Amino acid sequence: MKAHNENLLEIHDLSVSFRMYDSALEQKELQVISDLHLTVRPGEIVAVAGSSGSGKSLLASAILGILPSNATVKGHLHYKDGELTAETQAKLRGSEIALVPQSVAFLDPLMKVGKQADGHKKPYPTEKRRGIFKRFGLPEKTETLYPFQLSGGMARRVLVSTALITEAQLIIADEPTPGMSLEQAKEALSMFREMANEGKSIILITHDIDLAFDFADRIAVFYAGTTVEIAPAEDFRKGPEALRHPYSKALWRALPQNEFKPIDGFQPYAGSLPTGCLFAPRCPHATDECRSKTPPVREIRGGEVRCFHAT
Amino acid sequence: MLLEAKNISFRYDKKSPLVLENQSFSVKSGEVVGLFAPSGYGKSTLAMVMAGYLRPESGQVLLDGAPLPEKGICPVQLIYQHPEKAINPRWKLRRVLEESGKLRQDVLASFGIEQEWLDRYPRELSGGELQRFCVARALMSGADFLICDEISTMLDVITQAQIWNKILAEAKERNMGIVAVTHNLNLAKRICTRVYDLAKGEEVEI
Repeated sequence: MKAHNENLLEIHDLSVSFRMYDSALEQKELQVISDLHLTVRPGEIVAVAGSSGSGKSLLASAILGILPSNATVKGHLHYKDGELTAETQAKLRGSEIALVPQSVAFLDPLMKVGKQADGHKKPYPTEKRRGIFKRFGLPEKTETLYPFQLSGGMARRVLVSTALITEAQLIIADEPTPGMSLEQAKEALSMFREMANEGKSIILITHDIDLAFDFADRIAVFYAGTTVEIAPAEDFRKGPEALRHPYSKALWRALPQNEFKPIDGFQPYAGSLPTGCLFAPRCPHATDECRSKTPPVREIRGGEVRCFHAT
Repeated sequence: MLLEAKNISFRYDKKSPLVLENQSFSVKSGEVVGLFAPSGYGKSTLAMVMAGYLRPESGQVLLDGAPLPEKGICPVQLIYQHPEKAINPRWKLRRVLEESGKLRQDVLASFGIEQEWLDRYPRELSGGELQRFCVARALMSGADFLICDEISTMLDVITQAQIWNKILAEAKERNMGIVAVTHNLNLAKRICTRVYDLAKGEEVEI
């Protein structure tokens, strides 16, 4: 993968806001993603980690062009050689770009899962799909069941299968592993790894960051709708000293196998974002500069970080 | 207090195979018991049976030797894997919380639940935010036992540590018993006093 320099997907200065009714007929804009950047190279797994509600799933919807109609997207989205427009998105999604949705409720409740995993393109990839089901340890009869007859972990494995079957260049997997056992989660991620080794690209949105440390190439950390750090996965394996942003370090420390200690405070709500650095209110190193200006993206030790004080 | 599941068998309908077959399991006040098993093994089903959501085909769930009360707030509260399915979508969140009793500001504060969220509908909040409401609701009910079914898999690790530290502190203070269904071995090592493997039918070392 290192041979390629060109990016498959390039996102910069992305912002997403929703037009909402405040009171009576007053409308207001709620900015949920701001100044977000991310690049994905061919053959690479980029994990996206970060707090719940930091805009990870919205990013997936923005790339695919499936945000609701009250959303406004600004910024640059490049895929291969061209700008991603509503038209190209409509053409690419489901064929070149595939999504593993976050909720198991995305399965069609009235369709047997084998048939829906096969998709609508003929010839149906039934043999390939059976192979994937088998690798996931799904019993043979699973294909004849309806979604409500599956456990949470089984439904999740069916969802992941739907993306693994496609010929997509880019797979966006939105939290593919909750409810799976550790072995199943590892199996799912090693299947993604194999696809990446064949030259495909994967955006892995996940809270299982300790698994991402082992399977991803790079990890992007989101906070309150922006990218605070992008670092090689290796740095996360090494620990907080190798990381750049205080929030990434806090994530590492909160893992149960590390210190299991949360930092104080909560992510700001989209309607009441602070000025300056979005992490400043919870940051032990925050200065007046942090509280007044948005830190630019800087390159430090082979990673990118949005922090004035990172070294 | 002692919460027991005794010889529980359960199937979802008469024609389907047994999901749980003669399972027994118990938890005492002050314990945090991890419940392990491969996916599809009936962990969530057992959780629902123990909290009185499902009636077993045979066997009993006993709290200090007596069946769970059928009226009032159940002393065994289940916190569910999917918060969006555990909250009435047509109720504002204040009503969701008040269903379990008087609002406790200390609980709201420790989960970062802002006052303005109370006037929102569930669909306006993220999954992680909703899960904090579900945990707060269970704690404010004054339950003696909590059954936590994969409650933090959809949360970031900082929120996970926040929620679990709060639950453990409250459990210690009020001598509650806790069952934690999880796939996360590292989390189990952190929070559990012992771990029971449903597939093996015995306690396991972690």
